[in-house]
Amino acid sequence: MKRRDFLKGSILAIAGASVPLSALEFVDPNEVLAANPDIHWAFLINTYKCVGCGFCVKACKTENDIPFNANVSRTWVERYVYTKDDRRYVDSPKAAQYGFTDPRVDLGEHFGMKEIDPDNVGKAFFVPKLCNHCEDPPCTQVCPVGATYKTDDGVVLVDRTWCIGCGYCIMACPFGARYFHPIAKVADKCTFCYHRITKGLETACVNACPFGARKMCNIRDINDPVTKIILNERVGVLKDEFGTKPQAFYIGLASEVR
Amino acid sequence: MKNHVWRPLFVVIAVVVGILAFRAFYVPDDFGSGEYGFMYSFHRKSNEGEWKNWPLKYRDTGKQKMHEYCGECHEEVELRTEDLHGIIPCENCHGPALEHPENPEKLSIDRSRGLCLRCHTLLPYTTSERKRIPGIMPDEHNVEYNCVECHNPHNPRLEDM
Repeated sequence: MKRRDFLKGSILAIAGASVPLSALEFVDPNEVLAANPDIHWAFLINTYKCVGCGFCVKACKTENDIPFNANVSRTWVERYVYTKDDRRYVDSPKAAQYGFTDPRVDLGEHFGMKEIDPDNVGKAFFVPKLCNHCEDPPCTQVCPVGATYKTDDGVVLVDRTWCIGCGYCIMACPFGARYFHPIAKVADKCTFCYHRITKGLETACVNACPFGARKMCNIRDINDPVTKIILNERVGVLKDEFGTKPQAFYIGLASEVR
Repeated sequence: MKNHVWRPLFVVIAVVVGILAFRAFYVPDDFGSGEYGFMYSFHRKSNEGEWKNWPLKYRDTGKQKMHEYCGECHEEVELRTEDLHGIIPCENCHGPALEHPENPEKLSIDRSRGLCLRCHTLLPYTTSERKRIPGIMPDEHNVEYNCVECHNPHNPRLEDM
């Protein structure tokens, strides 16, 4: 081999090797469209507006047939009370399905009801919670039978006929959004009221909230007024450090709210 | 090699083939991954439709349009929609009413104290929106009566009582 041919060949080989494999793939327009579907559901919660009435929990349980007397719920409202002597109390009695009708804070069976002097209350607020419908949901990764999944429009659902009730997903969720359904005997969670949003209706909880603390939007539609709030205002998500990319955004978070 | 060495291998192969055959019959055809790939969305496609067909119960307010809708028939109800309880959707107290008046013909109205106390329990939270809502102590304020016996929920202004 001549030196000229050798150099030519080497240059050609290096140039060829530097072309990434992805550049050789043919782009299918349908695939590109599927990767950017028009709908991706997201939730916006304004904690400044919430008064803890619990109508959202009531509506959710009614709409989705969740038993009222079982201590499980797809959505719940938490009360945070900070006292002036720097103590913090959190409770959510019966997921706040009957609201907060007691000024005392429920600290569980061991500590009972905590009386707090009204003059000692520094700040207090309510935080509604629900499934975050994460972009990278840890709950769907761990399912051994393919019963829980993320739909193309960004909602995490559970296949009730396929779920074996092992509870891995309930353990995997960092937000405690899943529970074992006492009647269906499967893992259950918020569906973003998939039967309602796909028909153009609001979810039961958004519908029931008199104060507008809960809002829902298609985050791919930049003209949606709620999407504009998420894009333009200062919103946060719960447990960002888990890297699950939650799709429920909060206005007015505190570091104690997780 | 001797036959007894091969025999367990045949058994293993038979078991694997059996499992694969069972799987081919048992797993529905529409099992597959969506946009989020095998890790996040390996599922039975028809289940999405099953969730979409979940029965509806609540009518949508369409951003508080419910008062107009309900008011078409229930003209006798004089609701102060501009303030106070005007922000509460009818269904929160009157119950889900998607197919009303056909089914159910009559709604089950929640007239309990507990319903009012959701918002009107006195909680000393000056930093929350709760401060703007008048509140009572549930175990001191006319305990033996339901709220609606004195207060009109459709016009709760005290001066109109």
